[in-house]
Amino acid sequence: MQQLREIWRTFRRRPMGIVGALMLFSVVFVAIFAPWLAPYDPDVKIDIDPEDLLAPPDVEHLLGRDDAGKDVLSQLIYGARVSLTVGFVASFMSMFIGTTVGLIAGYIGGRIGNALMRLTDFLLVIPDLPLMLVIISIWGRGLWKIIFVIGVLGWTYNARLVRSQVLSIKERQFVLRARAIGAGSLRIILRHIFPQVLPLILAQAVLSVSGAIIAESSLSFLGLGDPTLVSWGMMLNFAFERAISRMAWWFLLPPGFAIVWVSVGLIMMGTTLEEIVNPRLRTHHLFDPRHMVALIAGVRPRAEAEGAME
Amino acid sequence: MQRSDYLIRRVFFALATLVVVIGFNFFLFRILPGDPIKSIARSPRLTREAREKLRVDFGLDKPVFFDGERLRKGDVLGAFDTQFTAYVRALLHGNLGISYRSRRDVAEVLAERVWRTVVLVAGAETLALLFGVVLGLVSAWRRGTRLEMTILLWALISWGLPNFFLGIILLLLARGHLPVGGMATPGLKPEHGLAYWADVGRHLILPTLTMAIVYTSSYVLIMRSSVVEVLSEDYILTAKAKGLNTFQILRDHALKNAMLPMVTMVALNLAYTVGGAIQVETVFSWPGIGRLMYDSVQLRDYPILQGTFLLLALSVIVANLLADLLYSVLDPRVKAE
Repeated sequence: MQQLREIWRTFRRRPMGIVGALMLFSVVFVAIFAPWLAPYDPDVKIDIDPEDLLAPPDVEHLLGRDDAGKDVLSQLIYGARVSLTVGFVASFMSMFIGTTVGLIAGYIGGRIGNALMRLTDFLLVIPDLPLMLVIISIWGRGLWKIIFVIGVLGWTYNARLVRSQVLSIKERQFVLRARAIGAGSLRIILRHIFPQVLPLILAQAVLSVSGAIIAESSLSFLGLGDPTLVSWGMMLNFAFERAISRMAWWFLLPPGFAIVWVSVGLIMMGTTLEEIVNPRLRTHHLFDPRHMVALIAGVRPRAEAEGAME
Repeated sequence: MQRSDYLIRRVFFALATLVVVIGFNFFLFRILPGDPIKSIARSPRLTREAREKLRVDFGLDKPVFFDGERLRKGDVLGAFDTQFTAYVRALLHGNLGISYRSRRDVAEVLAERVWRTVVLVAGAETLALLFGVVLGLVSAWRRGTRLEMTILLWALISWGLPNFFLGIILLLLARGHLPVGGMATPGLKPEHGLAYWADVGRHLILPTLTMAIVYTSSYVLIMRSSVVEVLSEDYILTAKAKGLNTFQILRDHALKNAMLPMVTMVALNLAYTVGGAIQVETVFSWPGIGRLMYDSVQLRDYPILQGTFLLLALSVIVANLLADLLYSVLDPRVKAE
């Protein structure tokens, strides 16, 4: 808890992180209050006159209408729910698997650890999107299947990251002391090692949400999304197949920009968090000394955060 | 540990990965609902005998993986006369099955299309690597400046940009100026010589550009952090003390050492690149492996899907192995953990 507060104190001074967080929360807000924000029910066909199909934006329909005469803006607002659900649940799954694998492989090591790392290496080599395509097209389309596939295939990077951290942490004094007074492996892992890697996992989780959202939209765009839900990728799939020849930009561009908006927000937030919790070298020998002042001023709060993490 | 040990380990790992992929590819398509005979011969008038004959011809009367019955009778070799060994044997002969739709040999279809994807991916990777290295180097060197922030922000945005959406944007922008779909203008044939190939080149511009832009971003970010790390090494200070100018230091000392992680990056990225190829080829109707995969998903053409996935996985495995080998040549310090 203490370290999370310290991270937040550093984080709120980084404009990039704050902007990213605001971008994310705007979408979370829209997703939660979708029924109040959406001007129309996204499933209702408003007009069935032929000239209203793919009608360009006007005062009543700010983003125009799609090929079935439905309001694009309302679909966009409800689509936020699907994308965020997939993003957060799939990311939580892959973080959970990756962290468990990384902790076990790093702390216990030996044959089990080796086997786990070979499995990780194996999954790292297999191309993700083709594998997801194959599995979903055999298994069938559905929201939870998509979440499961993205979550189960996305944990490899996190497992390697956690393992390499655990390898160095487990040699540190406080772990040796805990072992000396008779703490069991499980207790050491959960009480002493896990809190140390938690900040790194957090930064990684934020980045992996954006990865999951992009993966879902790619699958939906390729025609493997949940047929009963309208996600942003699904809207792009419809728009690309039916509206591109009529240059219906109001149907094509908004869902794409929504994906970019939320994933760039998450990436900005994630990289900022990563820089805070994973301190790397910030200066070098070809550095222009004129910028040194700004750099040191930026570095100080992070040094405080590190002190608190010890 | 010896270097030869390291190499043997890597080759062994690649082979093991390949075996798992083949096994996975076999079993995944076995759990498909429905009778494969019905999908190949979709006729209700097929007699029971004819269906049984097809079943025997395709080896579907044999057990899937292992024949315990025959093993108990002492027939050890016969116990492995199963669907799985038949599949592996066919694979080794280059036989990937027959397409449900076009009835063509899968290997033949793949061979016809694979080069189109290779050209696309190779072009995009080369461009991305070139831009990525230059922009990464510049942004690390000019650390803390507005230039770095601009490059970084742009890299972050294009990192969050799905391939297919960038493709759609470029398609909307370039309509009327450049061809936006297919491989050549209809009517133009390879017999037309130079005119045909120039036309194909024009069709390649947009898909290549789309992939290159998206993949540049990851190279910029990796290169930047790699160069920052190298520039803080003491030998850079030595080079500076020797009186070398900035350009010389960047070119001879920083670039060479910072390029090492890029080798692994290119190979690892290939797993993503083939995914990107599916999206980009779908948007621009480029008739390569990626578009083939999209089409076979829509048409439920499983033999094609199976063959395509195997080819993609194989190429990524081989690329990773090559990267490992290359890495150990470039960096003699590399040894197995």
